[in-house]
Amino acid sequence: MIEIRNLHKSFGEQEVLRGIDLRINDGDTVAIIGQSGCGKSVLLKHIIGLMQPDSGEVIVDGVNMSTAKPRVIEKIRQELGFLFQGSALFDSMTVLENVTLGLREHGLRDEKELARITKEKLALVGLHGIEERMPSNLSGGMKKRVALARALATNPKYMFYDEPTTGLDPITSDQIDGLIEGLTAKLRATSVIVTHDMFTVERIAKRMVFLHEGKVHFDGPPAELNASRNPIISLFLERYRSPLTLAR
Amino acid sequence: MSRSFTLRTVGRLGGLIRRFVAEFGQAAMLLWRAASYTRRIPRDRRLLLDQMAHIGADSLPLVFVIGFFTGMVSAWQAAYQFKGLIPYSLLGAAVSRAIFLELGPVLTAIVIAGRVGASIAAEIGTMRVTEQIDALESLAISPARYLALPRIVAAVIMMPLLVIFANAIALGGAYIVSNLFLDISSKMFFESVQRFFQVKDIVIGLVKALFFGGATAFIGVHVGMNASGGAEGVGNATIRSFVLSSAMILVLDVMLWKIFF
Repeated sequence: MIEIRNLHKSFGEQEVLRGIDLRINDGDTVAIIGQSGCGKSVLLKHIIGLMQPDSGEVIVDGVNMSTAKPRVIEKIRQELGFLFQGSALFDSMTVLENVTLGLREHGLRDEKELARITKEKLALVGLHGIEERMPSNLSGGMKKRVALARALATNPKYMFYDEPTTGLDPITSDQIDGLIEGLTAKLRATSVIVTHDMFTVERIAKRMVFLHEGKVHFDGPPAELNASRNPIISLFLERYRSPLTLAR
Repeated sequence: MSRSFTLRTVGRLGGLIRRFVAEFGQAAMLLWRAASYTRRIPRDRRLLLDQMAHIGADSLPLVFVIGFFTGMVSAWQAAYQFKGLIPYSLLGAAVSRAIFLELGPVLTAIVIAGRVGASIAAEIGTMRVTEQIDALESLAISPARYLALPRIVAAVIMMPLLVIFANAIALGGAYIVSNLFLDISSKMFFESVQRFFQVKDIVIGLVKALFFGGATAFIGVHVGMNASGGAEGVGNATIRSFVLSSAMILVLDVMLWKIFF
Protein backbone atom coordinates (compact mmCIF):
# COMPACT_ATOMS: atom_id res chain seq x y z
CA MET A 1 0.00 0.00 0.00
CA ILE A 2 1.14 3.54 -0.77
CA GLU A 3 0.24 6.36 1.57
CA ILE A 4 1.00 10.02 0.91
CA ARG A 5 0.54 12.42 3.81
CA ASN A 6 0.48 16.21 3.55
CA LEU A 7 3.16 16.29 0.83
CA HIS A 8 4.69 19.67 0.02
CA LYS A 9 7.30 20.47 -2.62
CA SER A 10 8.57 23.77 -3.99
CA PHE A 11 11.11 24.61 -6.68
CA GLY A 12 12.48 28.03 -5.76
CA GLU A 13 9.50 30.34 -5.40
CA GLN A 14 7.14 27.94 -7.20
CA GLU A 15 5.10 25.74 -4.87
CA VAL A 16 4.24 22.65 -6.92
CA LEU A 17 2.70 20.33 -4.31
CA ARG A 18 0.68 22.02 -1.57
CA GLY A 19 -0.32 19.27 0.79
CA ILE A 20 -1.20 16.09 -1.10
CA ASP A 21 -3.00 13.37 0.83
CA LEU A 22 -3.56 10.13 -1.06
CA ARG A 23 -3.85 6.43 -0.36
CA ILE A 24 -3.32 3.81 -3.05
CA ASN A 25 -4.39 0.33 -2.05
CA ASP A 26 -2.89 -2.88 -3.42
CA GLY A 27 -4.52 -3.81 -6.73
CA ASP A 28 -5.75 -0.27 -7.49
CA THR A 29 -5.50 1.15 -11.00
CA VAL A 30 -5.26 4.88 -10.43
CA ALA A 31 -4.91 7.66 -12.96
CA ILE A 32 -3.47 10.94 -11.75
CA ILE A 33 -4.64 13.66 -14.10
CA GLY A 34 -4.45 17.41 -14.31
CA GLN A 35 -3.09 20.26 -16.38
CA SER A 36 0.53 20.34 -17.46
CA GLY A 37 2.71 21.62 -14.62
CA CYS A 38 0.22 20.75 -11.86
CA GLY A 39 2.76 18.41 -10.21
CA LYS A 40 1.69 14.95 -11.47
CA SER A 41 5.17 13.75 -12.44
CA VAL A 42 6.67 15.39 -9.34
CA LEU A 43 4.21 13.41 -7.20
CA LEU A 44 5.14 10.18 -8.98
CA LYS A 45 8.87 10.80 -8.47
CA HIS A 46 8.24 11.35 -4.76
CA ILE A 47 6.49 7.99 -4.53
CA ILE A 48 9.55 6.11 -5.77
CA GLY A 49 11.93 8.32 -3.81
CA LEU A 50 13.55 10.10 -6.77
CA MET A 51 12.64 13.42 -5.16
CA GLN A 52 12.70 14.46 -1.54
CA PRO A 53 9.69 16.35 -0.13
CA ASP A 54 10.02 19.70 1.63
CA SER A 55 7.56 18.34 4.20
CA GLY A 56 5.11 15.47 4.52
CA GLU A 57 5.80 11.83 3.85
CA VAL A 58 5.42 9.02 1.35
CA ILE A 59 5.04 5.54 2.84
CA VAL A 60 5.41 2.52 0.55
CA ASP A 61 4.76 -0.85 2.19
CA GLY A 62 5.46 0.72 5.58
CA VAL A 63 8.74 2.35 4.48
CA ASN A 64 9.08 6.13 4.61
CA MET A 65 10.74 6.93 1.27
CA SER A 66 12.28 10.20 2.47
CA THR A 67 13.85 9.00 5.72
CA ALA A 68 14.68 5.33 5.06
CA LYS A 69 18.30 4.26 4.50
CA PRO A 70 19.36 3.99 0.81
CA ARG A 71 19.64 0.16 1.03
CA VAL A 72 16.07 -0.08 2.39
CA ILE A 73 14.80 2.15 -0.43
CA GLU A 74 16.67 -0.07 -2.93
CA LYS A 75 14.80 -3.09 -1.57
CA ILE A 76 11.46 -1.30 -2.03
CA ARG A 77 12.43 -0.22 -5.54
CA GLN A 78 12.97 -3.83 -6.54
CA GLU A 79 9.18 -4.12 -6.19
CA LEU A 80 8.55 -1.13 -8.48
CA GLY A 81 8.44 -0.71 -12.23
CA PHE A 82 8.59 2.77 -13.77
CA LEU A 83 7.86 3.78 -17.35
CA PHE A 84 9.49 7.16 -17.97
CA GLN A 85 7.97 9.87 -20.12
CA GLY A 86 10.98 9.91 -22.46
CA SER A 87 11.54 6.12 -22.14
CA ALA A 88 14.97 6.78 -20.54
CA LEU A 89 16.61 3.78 -22.19
CA PHE A 90 20.34 3.47 -21.56
CA ASP A 91 21.66 4.60 -24.92
CA SER A 92 25.01 2.80 -24.64
CA MET A 93 23.31 -0.59 -24.13
CA THR A 94 21.46 -2.97 -26.42
CA VAL A 95 17.78 -3.76 -25.91
CA LEU A 96 18.73 -7.01 -24.16
CA GLU A 97 21.13 -5.20 -21.81
CA ASN A 98 18.49 -2.56 -21.09
CA VAL A 99 15.80 -5.09 -20.23
CA THR A 100 18.06 -7.26 -18.09
CA LEU A 101 20.14 -4.60 -16.29
CA GLY A 102 18.01 -4.65 -13.14
CA LEU A 103 18.10 -8.46 -12.96
CA ARG A 104 21.84 -8.63 -13.62
CA GLU A 105 22.66 -6.04 -10.98
CA HIS A 106 20.60 -7.91 -8.42
CA GLY A 107 22.40 -11.16 -8.92
CA LEU A 108 20.97 -13.05 -11.90
CA ARG A 109 23.97 -13.95 -14.08
CA ASP A 110 22.68 -16.95 -16.09
CA GLU A 111 22.87 -15.65 -19.68
CA LYS A 112 20.35 -18.21 -21.01
CA GLU A 113 17.82 -17.25 -18.35
CA LEU A 114 18.39 -13.55 -19.01
CA ALA A 115 17.86 -14.09 -22.74
CA ARG A 116 14.69 -16.08 -22.02
CA ILE A 117 13.27 -13.36 -19.76
CA THR A 118 14.10 -10.66 -22.32
CA LYS A 119 12.33 -12.62 -25.05
CA GLU A 120 9.32 -13.18 -22.80
CA LYS A 121 9.01 -9.53 -21.72
CA LEU A 122 9.52 -8.22 -25.25
CA ALA A 123 6.80 -10.58 -26.47
CA LEU A 124 4.53 -9.23 -23.74
CA VAL A 125 4.87 -5.75 -25.27
CA GLY A 126 4.57 -7.04 -28.83
CA LEU A 127 8.22 -6.97 -29.89
CA HIS A 128 10.32 -9.79 -31.33
CA GLY A 129 13.92 -10.27 -32.44
CA ILE A 130 15.25 -6.82 -31.51
CA GLU A 131 17.43 -7.91 -28.57
CA GLU A 132 20.69 -6.80 -30.19
CA ARG A 133 19.46 -3.45 -31.49
CA MET A 134 20.56 -0.16 -29.93
CA PRO A 135 17.95 2.35 -28.67
CA SER A 136 19.07 4.86 -31.32
CA ASN A 137 17.78 2.43 -33.99
CA LEU A 138 14.27 2.21 -32.52
CA SER A 139 11.19 4.33 -33.21
CA GLY A 140 9.52 6.32 -30.41
CA GLY A 141 6.79 3.69 -29.98
CA MET A 142 9.34 0.84 -29.90
CA LYS A 143 11.40 2.70 -27.29
CA LYS A 144 8.30 3.02 -25.09
CA ARG A 145 7.65 -0.71 -25.45
CA VAL A 146 11.25 -1.63 -24.62
CA ALA A 147 11.11 0.70 -21.60
CA LEU A 148 7.90 -1.06 -20.58
CA ALA A 149 9.56 -4.46 -20.99
CA ARG A 150 12.46 -3.23 -18.82
CA ALA A 151 10.04 -2.03 -16.13
CA LEU A 152 8.28 -5.40 -16.20
CA ALA A 153 11.46 -7.50 -16.12
CA THR A 154 11.49 -7.87 -12.34
CA ASN A 155 7.74 -8.69 -12.12
CA PRO A 156 7.02 -5.58 -10.05
CA LYS A 157 4.28 -5.31 -7.46
CA TYR A 158 3.70 -1.66 -8.39
CA MET A 159 3.77 -0.19 -11.91
CA PHE A 160 4.10 3.54 -12.50
CA TYR A 161 3.52 5.10 -15.91
CA ASP A 162 4.64 8.71 -16.42
CA GLU A 163 2.82 10.19 -19.43
CA PRO A 164 2.98 6.91 -21.38
CA THR A 165 1.60 8.34 -24.64
CA THR A 166 3.20 11.79 -24.71
CA GLY A 167 4.99 12.48 -27.98
CA LEU A 168 3.47 9.51 -29.80
CA ASP A 169 1.14 9.60 -32.79
CA PRO A 170 -2.54 8.65 -32.18
CA ILE A 171 -2.17 5.12 -33.57
CA THR A 172 0.93 4.31 -31.52
CA SER A 173 -0.70 5.96 -28.47
CA ASP A 174 -3.67 3.68 -28.92
CA GLN A 175 -1.37 0.64 -29.12
CA ILE A 176 0.45 1.66 -25.92
CA ASP A 177 -2.90 2.25 -24.17
CA GLY A 178 -4.01 -1.22 -25.26
CA LEU A 179 -0.78 -2.70 -23.94
CA ILE A 180 -1.10 -1.03 -20.55
CA GLU A 181 -4.76 -2.04 -20.36
CA GLY A 182 -3.86 -5.67 -21.13
CA LEU A 183 -0.91 -5.70 -18.73
CA THR A 184 -2.93 -4.16 -15.92
CA ALA A 185 -5.51 -6.92 -16.20
CA LYS A 186 -2.93 -9.66 -16.74
CA LEU A 187 -0.29 -8.79 -14.14
CA ARG A 188 -2.62 -7.54 -11.42
CA ALA A 189 0.06 -5.11 -10.29
CA THR A 190 -1.01 -1.93 -8.54
CA SER A 191 -0.86 0.63 -11.34
CA VAL A 192 -0.48 4.39 -11.17
CA ILE A 193 -0.73 6.28 -14.45
CA VAL A 194 0.17 9.94 -14.68
CA THR A 195 -1.22 11.57 -17.78
CA HIS A 196 -3.21 14.42 -19.23
CA ASP A 197 -4.44 12.13 -22.03
CA MET A 198 -8.09 11.38 -21.20
CA PHE A 199 -8.24 8.62 -23.82
CA THR A 200 -5.61 6.68 -21.88
CA VAL A 201 -7.40 7.33 -18.61
CA GLU A 202 -10.88 6.35 -19.75
CA ARG A 203 -9.56 3.10 -21.15
CA ILE A 204 -7.48 1.97 -18.20
CA ALA A 205 -8.24 3.67 -14.87
CA LYS A 206 -10.69 2.44 -12.25
CA ARG A 207 -10.02 5.47 -10.05
CA MET A 208 -9.22 9.06 -10.96
CA VAL A 209 -7.23 11.58 -8.97
CA PHE A 210 -7.45 15.10 -10.34
CA LEU A 211 -4.70 17.49 -9.23
CA HIS A 212 -5.21 21.22 -9.33
CA GLU A 213 -2.87 23.88 -7.99
CA GLY A 214 -0.84 21.30 -6.12
CA LYS A 215 -3.74 19.66 -4.28
CA VAL A 216 -6.06 16.70 -4.82
CA HIS A 217 -9.15 18.34 -6.30
CA PHE A 218 -11.06 15.13 -7.03
CA ASP A 219 -10.62 11.48 -6.05
CA GLY A 220 -13.20 8.95 -7.24
CA PRO A 221 -14.38 6.66 -10.04
CA PRO A 222 -14.27 7.82 -13.70
CA ALA A 223 -18.05 8.01 -14.02
CA GLU A 224 -18.22 10.42 -11.09
CA LEU A 225 -15.51 12.60 -12.61
CA ASN A 226 -17.35 12.72 -15.93
CA ALA A 227 -20.57 13.71 -14.18
CA SER A 228 -18.87 16.39 -12.10
CA ARG A 229 -20.18 19.92 -12.44
CA ASN A 230 -17.10 21.42 -10.83
CA PRO A 231 -16.04 24.27 -13.17
CA ILE A 232 -12.32 23.42 -13.03
CA ILE A 233 -12.93 19.75 -13.87
CA SER A 234 -15.51 20.67 -16.54
CA LEU A 235 -13.03 23.03 -18.19
CA PHE A 236 -10.34 20.32 -18.19
CA LEU A 237 -12.70 17.69 -19.65
CA GLU A 238 -14.27 20.03 -22.21
CA ARG A 239 -11.37 19.71 -24.62
CA TYR A 240 -11.81 15.94 -24.74
CA ARG A 241 -15.52 16.24 -25.39
CA SER A 242 -15.12 18.43 -28.48
CA PRO A 243 -16.37 16.80 -31.72
CA LEU A 244 -12.86 16.60 -33.20
CA THR A 245 -11.37 14.67 -30.29
CA LEU A 246 -14.42 12.46 -29.89
CA ALA A 247 -13.98 11.41 -33.51
CA ARG A 248 -10.50 10.03 -32.68
CA MET B 1 20.69 54.16 -2.32
CA SER B 2 23.85 53.05 -0.58
CA ARG B 3 21.83 51.02 1.97
CA SER B 4 19.97 49.14 -0.77
CA PHE B 5 23.28 48.45 -2.54
CA THR B 6 24.68 47.03 0.70
CA LEU B 7 21.58 44.90 1.22
CA ARG B 8 21.77 43.58 -2.36
CA THR B 9 25.45 42.76 -1.95
CA VAL B 10 24.85 40.99 1.36
CA GLY B 11 21.91 39.12 -0.21
CA ARG B 12 24.04 37.97 -3.16
CA LEU B 13 26.88 36.95 -0.87
CA GLY B 14 24.43 35.01 1.31
CA GLY B 15 23.03 33.25 -1.77
CA LEU B 16 26.53 32.40 -2.93
CA ILE B 17 27.50 30.95 0.46
CA ARG B 18 24.22 28.98 0.63
CA ARG B 19 24.82 27.50 -2.86
CA PHE B 20 28.43 26.66 -1.99
CA VAL B 21 27.43 24.90 1.26
CA ALA B 22 24.60 23.02 -0.51
CA GLU B 23 26.93 21.88 -3.30
CA PHE B 24 29.65 20.90 -0.87
CA GLY B 25 27.10 18.87 1.09
CA GLN B 26 25.90 17.13 -2.08
CA ALA B 27 29.47 16.34 -3.12
CA ALA B 28 30.32 14.97 0.33
CA MET B 29 27.16 12.82 0.28
CA LEU B 30 28.05 11.41 -3.15
CA LEU B 31 31.57 10.57 -2.01
CA TRP B 32 30.26 8.93 1.17
CA ARG B 33 27.72 6.85 -0.76
CA ALA B 34 30.32 5.78 -3.33
CA ALA B 35 32.78 4.87 -0.56
CA SER B 36 30.13 2.77 1.18
CA TYR B 37 30.11 0.43 -1.85
CA THR B 38 33.89 -0.23 -2.01
CA ARG B 39 33.36 -3.80 -0.80
CA ARG B 40 31.38 -4.48 -3.97
CA ILE B 41 34.29 -3.59 -6.28
CA PRO B 42 35.33 -7.23 -6.88
CA ARG B 43 31.75 -8.07 -7.93
CA ASP B 44 31.60 -4.97 -10.14
CA ARG B 45 35.03 -5.55 -11.69
CA ARG B 46 33.64 -5.43 -15.24
CA LEU B 47 32.50 -1.83 -14.69
CA LEU B 48 35.90 -0.98 -13.21
CA LEU B 49 37.86 -2.61 -16.06
CA ASP B 50 35.77 -0.77 -18.68
CA GLN B 51 36.58 2.53 -17.02
CA MET B 52 40.27 1.65 -16.62
CA ALA B 53 40.45 0.98 -20.35
CA HIS B 54 38.67 4.25 -21.13
CA ILE B 55 40.66 6.40 -18.72
CA GLY B 56 44.00 4.64 -19.09
CA ALA B 57 44.56 2.81 -22.37
CA ASP B 58 42.52 5.22 -24.49
CA SER B 59 44.48 8.20 -23.11
CA LEU B 60 47.90 6.81 -24.06
CA PRO B 61 48.26 8.53 -27.48
CA LEU B 62 47.44 11.94 -25.99
CA VAL B 63 49.71 11.41 -22.99
CA PHE B 64 52.48 10.35 -25.41
CA VAL B 65 52.21 13.61 -27.37
CA ILE B 66 52.01 15.78 -24.24
CA GLY B 67 54.90 13.94 -22.55
CA PHE B 68 57.14 14.08 -25.60
CA PHE B 69 56.71 17.80 -26.27
CA THR B 70 56.90 18.68 -22.57
CA GLY B 71 60.24 16.85 -22.33
CA MET B 72 61.58 18.60 -25.42
CA VAL B 73 60.57 22.07 -24.28
CA SER B 74 61.84 21.55 -20.75
CA ALA B 75 65.30 20.59 -22.10
CA TRP B 76 65.44 23.76 -24.20
CA GLN B 77 64.15 25.84 -21.31
CA ALA B 78 66.76 24.40 -18.94
CA ALA B 79 69.55 25.00 -21.47
CA TYR B 80 68.40 28.62 -21.86
CA GLN B 81 68.52 29.15 -18.09
CA PHE B 82 71.81 27.26 -17.62
CA LYS B 83 73.65 29.25 -20.30
CA GLY B 84 76.77 30.84 -18.80
CA LEU B 85 75.79 29.87 -15.24
CA ILE B 86 75.56 26.08 -14.86
CA PRO B 87 77.36 23.36 -16.88
CA TYR B 88 75.22 21.39 -19.35
CA SER B 89 76.42 18.19 -17.70
CA LEU B 90 73.75 18.82 -15.04
CA LEU B 91 70.95 19.37 -17.53
CA GLY B 92 69.76 15.73 -17.46
CA ALA B 93 69.34 15.84 -13.66
CA ALA B 94 67.51 19.18 -13.64
CA VAL B 95 65.11 18.19 -16.40
CA SER B 96 64.39 14.70 -15.07
CA ARG B 97 63.67 15.91 -11.52
CA ALA B 98 61.36 18.65 -12.84
CA ILE B 99 59.56 16.05 -14.95
CA PHE B 100 59.21 13.44 -12.18
CA LEU B 101 58.15 15.87 -9.49
CA GLU B 102 56.06 18.44 -11.29
CA LEU B 103 55.70 18.44 -15.05
CA GLY B 104 54.77 14.78 -15.52
CA PRO B 105 52.05 14.58 -12.86
CA VAL B 106 50.56 18.08 -13.30
CA LEU B 107 50.50 18.26 -17.09
CA THR B 108 49.23 14.69 -17.44
CA ALA B 109 46.50 15.40 -14.87
CA ILE B 110 45.39 18.59 -16.63
CA VAL B 111 45.26 16.80 -19.99
CA ILE B 112 43.28 13.95 -18.42
CA ALA B 113 40.95 16.52 -16.81
CA GLY B 114 40.26 17.79 -20.34
CA ARG B 115 39.84 14.39 -21.93
CA VAL B 116 38.45 12.13 -19.22
CA GLY B 117 36.96 14.51 -16.61
CA ALA B 118 35.03 16.41 -19.27
CA SER B 119 33.85 13.21 -20.95
CA ILE B 120 32.65 11.81 -17.59
CA ALA B 121 30.72 15.04 -16.95
CA ALA B 122 29.22 14.97 -20.46
CA GLU B 123 28.26 11.29 -20.26
CA ILE B 124 26.73 11.46 -16.79
CA GLY B 125 25.20 14.89 -17.53
CA THR B 126 23.46 13.45 -20.60
CA MET B 127 22.25 10.54 -18.50
CA ARG B 128 20.89 13.03 -15.95
CA VAL B 129 18.97 15.22 -18.41
CA THR B 130 17.53 12.21 -20.29
CA GLU B 131 16.33 10.62 -17.02
CA GLN B 132 18.69 7.64 -17.40
CA ILE B 133 20.01 8.21 -13.86
CA ASP B 134 16.43 8.24 -12.56
CA ALA B 135 15.88 5.03 -14.52
CA LEU B 136 18.91 3.46 -12.80
CA GLU B 137 17.50 4.43 -9.41
CA SER B 138 14.06 3.10 -10.34
CA LEU B 139 15.75 -0.25 -11.05
CA ALA B 140 17.18 -0.13 -7.50
CA ILE B 141 20.70 0.48 -8.84
CA SER B 142 22.65 3.11 -6.94
CA PRO B 143 24.27 5.65 -9.32
CA ALA B 144 26.96 6.14 -6.65
CA ARG B 145 27.91 2.46 -7.00
CA TYR B 146 27.23 1.95 -10.71
CA LEU B 147 28.49 5.25 -12.13
CA ALA B 148 30.61 7.11 -9.57
CA LEU B 149 32.68 4.44 -7.84
CA PRO B 150 34.14 2.67 -10.93
CA ARG B 151 35.15 5.98 -12.50
CA ILE B 152 36.81 7.34 -9.34
CA VAL B 153 38.66 4.10 -8.57
CA ALA B 154 39.73 3.64 -12.21
CA ALA B 155 41.12 7.20 -12.30
CA VAL B 156 42.97 6.70 -8.99
CA ILE B 157 44.58 3.52 -10.39
CA MET B 158 45.26 4.71 -13.93
CA MET B 159 46.53 8.24 -13.34
CA PRO B 160 49.82 7.11 -11.68
CA LEU B 161 50.33 4.59 -14.50
CA LEU B 162 49.77 7.31 -17.09
CA VAL B 163 52.23 9.54 -15.22
CA ILE B 164 54.90 6.79 -15.30
CA PHE B 165 54.35 6.55 -19.06
CA ALA B 166 54.41 10.36 -19.45
CA ASN B 167 57.62 10.60 -17.38
CA ALA B 168 59.37 8.03 -19.59
CA ILE B 169 58.25 9.71 -22.81
CA ALA B 170 59.14 13.19 -21.51
CA LEU B 171 62.60 12.00 -20.52
CA GLY B 172 62.97 10.59 -24.04
CA GLY B 173 61.91 13.94 -25.53
CA ALA B 174 64.39 15.80 -23.31
CA TYR B 175 67.16 13.39 -24.31
CA ILE B 176 66.47 13.82 -28.04
CA VAL B 177 66.68 17.64 -27.76
CA SER B 178 69.79 17.46 -25.57
CA ASN B 179 71.51 15.05 -27.93
CA LEU B 180 70.49 16.49 -31.29
CA PHE B 181 70.32 20.21 -30.59
CA LEU B 182 72.42 20.91 -27.48
CA ASP B 183 75.39 18.63 -28.19
CA ILE B 184 75.02 16.75 -24.91
CA SER B 185 76.19 13.15 -25.30
CA SER B 186 73.98 10.25 -24.28
CA LYS B 187 76.52 9.30 -21.60
CA MET B 188 76.57 12.79 -20.10
CA PHE B 189 72.78 13.11 -20.13
CA PHE B 190 71.99 9.76 -18.52
CA GLU B 191 74.88 9.93 -16.04
CA SER B 192 73.50 13.23 -14.84
CA VAL B 193 69.97 11.77 -14.56
CA GLN B 194 71.31 8.77 -12.66
CA ARG B 195 73.59 10.74 -10.31
CA PHE B 196 70.84 12.93 -8.92
CA PHE B 197 68.01 10.40 -9.21
CA GLN B 198 65.96 9.86 -6.06
CA VAL B 199 63.20 7.28 -5.78
CA LYS B 200 61.41 9.78 -3.53
CA ASP B 201 60.91 12.11 -6.53
CA ILE B 202 59.09 9.42 -8.48
CA VAL B 203 57.02 8.35 -5.46
CA ILE B 204 55.94 11.91 -4.65
CA GLY B 205 54.96 12.43 -8.30
CA LEU B 206 52.89 9.25 -8.27
CA VAL B 207 51.16 10.08 -4.97
CA LYS B 208 50.23 13.43 -6.47
CA ALA B 209 48.89 11.68 -9.56
CA LEU B 210 46.73 9.46 -7.40
CA PHE B 211 45.07 12.50 -5.80
CA PHE B 212 44.77 14.31 -9.13
CA GLY B 213 43.09 11.28 -10.70
CA GLY B 214 40.58 10.87 -7.89
CA ALA B 215 39.75 14.59 -7.85
CA THR B 216 39.32 14.77 -11.65
CA ALA B 217 36.94 11.79 -11.83
CA PHE B 218 35.02 12.83 -8.73
CA ILE B 219 34.47 16.37 -10.01
CA GLY B 220 33.36 15.00 -13.42
CA VAL B 221 30.84 12.68 -11.76
CA HIS B 222 29.53 15.31 -9.32
CA VAL B 223 29.13 18.01 -11.96
CA GLY B 224 27.49 15.53 -14.38
CA MET B 225 25.05 14.29 -11.73
CA ASN B 226 23.93 17.88 -11.12
CA ALA B 227 23.58 18.87 -14.78
CA SER B 228 20.22 20.32 -15.79
CA GLY B 229 18.61 22.07 -18.72
CA GLY B 230 19.17 19.82 -21.74
CA ALA B 231 22.04 20.10 -24.23
CA GLU B 232 23.14 23.52 -22.96
CA GLY B 233 23.25 22.18 -19.39
CA VAL B 234 25.43 19.28 -20.48
CA GLY B 235 27.77 21.68 -22.30
CA ASN B 236 28.03 23.85 -19.21
CA ALA B 237 28.69 20.80 -17.03
CA THR B 238 31.55 19.78 -19.34
CA ILE B 239 33.20 23.19 -19.15
CA ARG B 240 32.61 23.44 -15.39
CA SER B 241 34.14 20.03 -14.83
CA PHE B 242 37.32 20.96 -16.72
CA VAL B 243 37.69 24.35 -15.02
CA LEU B 244 37.07 22.95 -11.51
CA SER B 245 39.33 19.92 -12.07
CA SER B 246 42.20 22.04 -13.41
CA ALA B 247 41.90 24.46 -10.48
CA MET B 248 41.66 21.57 -8.00
CA ILE B 249 44.78 19.92 -9.50
CA LEU B 250 46.78 23.11 -8.95
CA VAL B 251 45.41 23.62 -5.42
CA LEU B 252 46.18 20.00 -4.51
CA ASP B 253 49.64 20.38 -6.04
CA VAL B 254 50.41 23.26 -3.69
CA MET B 255 48.95 21.44 -0.67
CA LEU B 256 50.84 18.21 -1.38
CA TRP B 257 54.08 20.10 -2.01
CA LYS B 258 53.68 21.70 1.41
CA ILE B 259 53.06 18.28 2.99
CA PHE B 260 55.99 16.52 1.29
CA PHE B 261 58.63 19.27 1.61
